[in-house]
Amino acid sequence: MSTNHFPLRSRLRTLTDRAVTGLTILATVIVVAPLVAIFAYLVYKGASSLNLAFFTQIPKPVGVAGGGMANAILGSAILLAIASAIGVPIGIGGGIFLAEFGRGTRLANAVRFTADVLNGVPSIVMGLAIYALIVIPQKHFSALSGGVALGIMMIPTVCRTTEEMLMMVPHAVREAALGLGVPNWRSVLSITVKTASPGIITGCMLAFARVAGETAPLLFTALGNDFWSSNLNQPIAALPLQIYVYALSPYDDWHRLAWAGSLVLIVLIVLAVSLVRYVTSRGVLKGAS
Amino acid sequence: MPEFRARQIPSQPFETPAAQSSAVPAASSAPESSAVRRFLLARGNSALADRGFHWLMVLCALSIFGIVALILWQLLLRSQLSWHAFGFRFFYQSFTDPDSHRTMYWDPVNSLFSAVPFIYGTLVSSFLALLLAVPLAVGVAVFLTEMCPGALRGPLAFLTELLAAIPSVIYGFWGFFVLVPLLREHVNPLLIQWFGWTGLFNNDNPTGLGFLAAGVILAIMILPIISSLTREVMTAVPHSQREAVLALGATRWEMIRMGVLRNARIGIVGGIILGLGRALGETMAVTMVIGNTPEIHRSLLSNGSSMAAVIATQFTEAVGDMHLSALIELGLALFIVTIIVNALAQLLVWAVTRGAPAQTH
Amino acid sequence: MGVGIEVTNLNAWYGANHTLQDINLNIPANHATALIGPSGCGKSTFVRCLNRMHETNPIARVTGSVRIGDLDIYAEAKPVEIRRRVGMVFQRPNPFPTMSIYDNVAAGLKLNGYSNRRSLDEIVENSLKNSALWDEVKDDLKKKSGASLSGGQQQRLCIARALAVDPEVLLMDEPASTLDPVSTSKIEDLIFQLKVQYTIVIVTHNMQQAARVAEKTGFFLNGRMVEFDSTHKIFTNPSDKRTEDYITGRFG
Repeated sequence: MSTNHFPLRSRLRTLTDRAVTGLTILATVIVVAPLVAIFAYLVYKGASSLNLAFFTQIPKPVGVAGGGMANAILGSAILLAIASAIGVPIGIGGGIFLAEFGRGTRLANAVRFTADVLNGVPSIVMGLAIYALIVIPQKHFSALSGGVALGIMMIPTVCRTTEEMLMMVPHAVREAALGLGVPNWRSVLSITVKTASPGIITGCMLAFARVAGETAPLLFTALGNDFWSSNLNQPIAALPLQIYVYALSPYDDWHRLAWAGSLVLIVLIVLAVSLVRYVTSRGVLKGAS
Repeated sequence: MPEFRARQIPSQPFETPAAQSSAVPAASSAPESSAVRRFLLARGNSALADRGFHWLMVLCALSIFGIVALILWQLLLRSQLSWHAFGFRFFYQSFTDPDSHRTMYWDPVNSLFSAVPFIYGTLVSSFLALLLAVPLAVGVAVFLTEMCPGALRGPLAFLTELLAAIPSVIYGFWGFFVLVPLLREHVNPLLIQWFGWTGLFNNDNPTGLGFLAAGVILAIMILPIISSLTREVMTAVPHSQREAVLALGATRWEMIRMGVLRNARIGIVGGIILGLGRALGETMAVTMVIGNTPEIHRSLLSNGSSMAAVIATQFTEAVGDMHLSALIELGLALFIVTIIVNALAQLLVWAVTRGAPAQTH
Repeated sequence: MGVGIEVTNLNAWYGANHTLQDINLNIPANHATALIGPSGCGKSTFVRCLNRMHETNPIARVTGSVRIGDLDIYAEAKPVEIRRRVGMVFQRPNPFPTMSIYDNVAAGLKLNGYSNRRSLDEIVENSLKNSALWDEVKDDLKKKSGASLSGGQQQRLCIARALAVDPEVLLMDEPASTLDPVSTSKIEDLIFQLKVQYTIVIVTHNMQQAARVAEKTGFFLNGRMVEFDSTHKIFTNPSDKRTEDYITGRFG
């Protein structure tokens, strides 16, 4: 840099560099701002409305103060239980196929690709399909149909995270098991999957948290319900559905309940995401290499 | 290494085998050994269980194709009525109201349906979202991968990840109660004052709902997707590329532009298209802020509707089979479009990151 | 007690690579046999053919016959059955990372359905004693994970794990190549003691190691077995020029 033939140009380049740095910082701030805003607002609104009644009571009629979303929490729990019963085993099975049996085959590539594409299919379309598949033949809305819709949505996520986590298990561990004369199925389940299980479990939690907040696929499957219901053949309440309905209602009492519900959902999701981060950053396989 | 010398084994290698083995005391032998051996010999070879397990896993994997096929089949089946009535015209026709002689597109009472206003609303809000989100997302990705101090990178990446995990309905809720009033009171008047002449910002909607609100909320929602994918493909660019450009005396920005962005551009485009896919199908948040009127307006401040939004709002109260069928046909169109868009995006991203395992964090 | 191994016309391929060509040899029971040769000569592939581990790679293919005791392992049995009779110790220590020391040793039995708790305790103890690890780990058998041990201890744990299923043959694929000299010498001591009870086949690139532990030595080069004889003869008076060149350090 002792001789500089183009002082002006050089200065321009430095200036551009600085400007771009500034712009990227600005962009980051603009992106982080709404997140902070949303969180702050949620905590502010939600925390002030959250009380014991929220977790223990069902909604009161318009104009009556108080009430809670206990039935929606129960409903969400039931829906998520059905969803997990469908999505977790099938997703893990698909992931096992991709990582243990299909590596490098054309079928595995096609499955992986389809799973990623399926992940991007709008949830409302999933709701429509399940409506057509289950609700129309049954002639009524039901908890079952809602659970199936959510379960199907879990499959691609669970499948792909399971695959990724299994890929992180060193080949040597598989060899060790096979070398002992352990049958392949046993080796896969008791050794490979078990070794990767912290990662797989958190992957399932992530999928779980994602569908826990899904509203669109429930609109015309689970439908919602203002009362207690645990009948799988009846419409059932769900937390996100209730938030949607209450948010668009004209009543302040209901808005408060909706804020409280949102806070509960967000806390659940933040927990899941943090856990996933913790597990993946610590390395799924502490000590294995 | 004292232990080496202390060993009892003769380091003289070439003794006879017989002498060697007799010199070593026999290791203690377990009496159960033969029992164990007999037990293991009696175990089956699990060939059947292995094959069964293999096929079960294949079945799980194939179910993913099954799901796609099932969705397609059901949507095709249930949209027959509308398809037979309108055919391909469904996607471009319009009607004239016999009383007011105004153009209209969606009349459930008279069973007249056209997808035009919803396609328009979906496209306008999605592209508006891309317009707002892409520069920000790429900026954030550049900052996080190339400039950010290490201590900040983790928390910031975590925050953007959280942004992606917030449920759509909460975005909509927040948008309805915070964003929409903000736009109504502070942003829209300025836009009308400064850019009203373009015709894009007309002062005819006092609610603050509309395409702009939908676009902004969508932008916030797709930002983390685009930015995390951009980050992924940028980190996939080999370090040597960066060093090669830096060695030529480039500034940091020039290095990023020539060494990183140029190499990663296909993947970034993939990320943008993936974001577009999400925006096209996003339902709840859009439903809550777009206004939900089946109309076409040039002004971004007007109410409109989107394909997903009209399904969400009208499906449970559809007035007849034709209405239902038309809504399902909209869903079918949405399904096919998002499949194509996502497949395209996936191919582009894979083209860049192929070989490198996906780094999502 | 171990059994002998009889290999006839063994050929192996990885894809289009003909990695083993016409191998014939007899490995005696209850002795240690060393396989030496430069890297890539096929010696690792050879031992992996003896318990059909090479089949875990889908592009691998084998012809010929291998008899272990009176069992033709390619014609008369499934891989799972053979691997229960032929234990293997790998190049890198590979304990199961999520299991305790105890469970690591018991894994071969437990995962194969053996559930007699009392006899398991005894087998684990004996196996750990036989692999000279017992004194170092007996206090935290169930507390510590297998991965928490040092490299040399891990390798002895892997040997204990292989011994616990009471195999007839023990294959060792460069078992000491990633270990420090002290651990290496411990492993060598161990091989010395174990060969009374088991037939041991050890792959090594370390000629001194072969000379120290084995009675028989085979020299592999480019996928062929050049010479197989008593260790003494191979190292003092090889009959093949290439063997002589190798052991005198002219290549490899």
